[in-house]
Amino acid sequence: MGIIFSLAWRNLWRNRRRTWLTAGAIAFSTLLLVAWVPIQFGTYDIMINASLRVFPGHAQIQRPGYQEKPEIRNAIDNAEQLAETLRGSNELYQGVAVRAQGFALLSSGSRSYGAQVVGVQPQFEGDTSSIPGLVKQGRFLSAVDAQEVVLGSALARNLKLKVRDEVTVLGGGKDGSVAAVILTVVGIFESGSNEFDHYFAEMPLHTFQDVFSMGRSAHAIAIVGKSLEYQSQLLAALKGAISGRDDVVVLGWDELLPGMKEAIQVDKTFGFIFYGILIAIVVFSILNTFLMSVLERTREFGLMLALGVRPQRIASLMVLESALLTLLGLVIGLVIGTALVYWAHVVGIHYPGVEELAEQFNLPDLSRIYPQMKLSNFLLGPVSIFIFTNIAAWIPILRVRKLEPIEAMRTI
Amino acid sequence: MIARSLPLLITLGWRNLWRHSKRTLVILFAITLGVWFMIISAGMMIGIIEQQLQDTIMNLTGHAQIHRPMFRDDPAIEHSMPPPSDALRKILNSDDVKQWSMRVRQPAVVMSERESRGVTLVGIDPAREKGLSFIGKPVVEGRGLESVDDSGIIIGRRMAEKLQTEVGKRIVIMSQDKDNEVADRGFRIVGLFQAELEATETAYVFTGLKTTQKLLGMGDDISEISLMTASREGLDPLVQRLRQAAPRLEAKSWKELEPLVVTAMALYENFMIFWYLIIFIAMAFGLTNTLLMAVFERTRELGLFQALGMRPRFIVGQVLIESFILLAIGVVIGNLAGVFTTNVIFADGIDLSAFSRGMEQFTMASTMYFTLRAKDILTINLLVIILGLVASLYPAVKAARFVPVEAITRT
Repeated sequence: MGIIFSLAWRNLWRNRRRTWLTAGAIAFSTLLLVAWVPIQFGTYDIMINASLRVFPGHAQIQRPGYQEKPEIRNAIDNAEQLAETLRGSNELYQGVAVRAQGFALLSSGSRSYGAQVVGVQPQFEGDTSSIPGLVKQGRFLSAVDAQEVVLGSALARNLKLKVRDEVTVLGGGKDGSVAAVILTVVGIFESGSNEFDHYFAEMPLHTFQDVFSMGRSAHAIAIVGKSLEYQSQLLAALKGAISGRDDVVVLGWDELLPGMKEAIQVDKTFGFIFYGILIAIVVFSILNTFLMSVLERTREFGLMLALGVRPQRIASLMVLESALLTLLGLVIGLVIGTALVYWAHVVGIHYPGVEELAEQFNLPDLSRIYPQMKLSNFLLGPVSIFIFTNIAAWIPILRVRKLEPIEAMRTI
Repeated sequence: MIARSLPLLITLGWRNLWRHSKRTLVILFAITLGVWFMIISAGMMIGIIEQQLQDTIMNLTGHAQIHRPMFRDDPAIEHSMPPPSDALRKILNSDDVKQWSMRVRQPAVVMSERESRGVTLVGIDPAREKGLSFIGKPVVEGRGLESVDDSGIIIGRRMAEKLQTEVGKRIVIMSQDKDNEVADRGFRIVGLFQAELEATETAYVFTGLKTTQKLLGMGDDISEISLMTASREGLDPLVQRLRQAAPRLEAKSWKELEPLVVTAMALYENFMIFWYLIIFIAMAFGLTNTLLMAVFERTRELGLFQALGMRPRFIVGQVLIESFILLAIGVVIGNLAGVFTTNVIFADGIDLSAFSRGMEQFTMASTMYFTLRAKDILTINLLVIILGLVASLYPAVKAARFVPVEAITRT
């Protein structure tokens, strides 16, 4: 083996220019995939996290069917007690908050707009949603039964309302009665998401329940776990916790935002098709190197065969050569790529002009991307390049086995 | 002198290529694959942009709109405008305008027996919406609106599901009239419309223009005028003339109304050049390498040429012509394959309805179409050939630098 290895290594450097160019092609494609895949997956993380942290949370407990048809009647009884038993019972639950939600018409003196109105627990809502932290004017709700409301910035602007103004909330109660109340605007939030800023208002949970004649029932318990990596454990723990009740179900983020999951699938599918074609171009681009390194050495191989070297041994020499060449390129690409990604991971990548687009797609944090530093993301590109280039190398190598020593030695 | 020897150089280049046909075919395949990939990715990106642009324009935007200056910032009833003056009407009825229509738009709440939702109530002139917006297309269930006095209402298909209602049932629209009083009225649902995006289906409900004006007590006033031009180039001058005819109103083209679409288009176009370069570099390594090999195995021959009096620049020219022939064949086959892929294989678009909710997230319809523009094909071809020749300079110059005596005596 030792002699084959040193033969292979020396053969590589018989044509230094060619070796470097081929290694360069491999390094370039490795660099591309090493740098790109973590960024791609990092983007997904941001898309998911940004969307989930604004409001939905990592998981929710709801009544069956509420997700498809959010009817005000379909409410969980004693939701706060259930939330209380969950809260602190497992270190996976970083935030647990009860919500009741409905649609209502908000009116100021001169304007009326429809909006999604949510009753929240002021002391816990901040653990599951970023909206309490996004209040830019005034403050968030003070107590669970206060006569207060916070509005999205665009909604407040449309209603011509400022902090400390009064707003009338008009909607339909759980029992079909008219729900109406006058509340004081205590805060205005700016989430950067078009939807939330235009059509969203939050009020204290008990006030909401009283106004909408809901008793002490609510529509959802939002839960935020440690991070998305613990999502499956979080769902399992929650399912265990509610196993005694058959009137509620646990929904993960992918069920809460089915569009997000499909969007990622589409993007991933297209991403992989593109990587595949890119690898194919590189493979064909370097196939000639492997082809020539066999063809131009026909005489040499003939001589080796005549001296009694077995064809398998020559084949393994060639395999080793192409593997060494590929590895050389891979290592260069990996080192540069990793350094780039690490740098991007520390400072974040900023695309100019993307903020406006990100806002349109309800992805307020997308303007700065942090690549996802995961081993599998780094290895995916290099491993597939290694496999495909070596398959390419095999095609000329198969010729070696057909060589006849005498004829081979005669070729020029 | 070069011009005179060109036929000779071309013959040399062509024959040299086929001295190692297998090698030439491999690199040719890499170039073809690269060009094909550039073309289909361009077709895909432009297709997506064009479709989004089309959707935006058909989504009640039109090529241009006229409103009160305050209306866009605050679309409330007090910012409505009188019907067009004679001067304005004259321009709107000219040949430069293909279609125009007046609308009333007002935020409202729609209530069925079971649910309520926020929507925009739009009063339209149904005959004039044809070719102007998506609501001009036939409804999927029930009937469309018939006149400006039609008192029926059309809602989105998915809106009907959300409201748990259907054609023939009544819904209540609640809004704010001219005097800031709550105006409400029951409407019978006469038809359901369908749009590519769920967001569109749930955002609007439509009824007759006059019916809306009566409900809101606004007399003959309207919220906006939307129009389609006859030609893209004529849009900006037309908007200028509209501004002059109605100095107190605001006339804006879609570029000003939807700056995000314009930003997105610019972003995509810049990204595409970057993308072409990546694909090009992937194949350029192979091109340079192959030519380098071809030149080195011809060391003796090139030395002989020089000894016989061929000038170095002819040797450079010979290698470049060889590379040009290679690139040209690759580009031609790549173009044909690209056009075949987009216009024959995927002529009906790619059906992504399995991911429709995901496409919705990107505000994209569930069928993706390719759009090939001559401009993009030209960019790709020029980029590949010019940069390809640049990448061949290294082997070409290397070949011209062989010292004749050394080269001939080398074995």
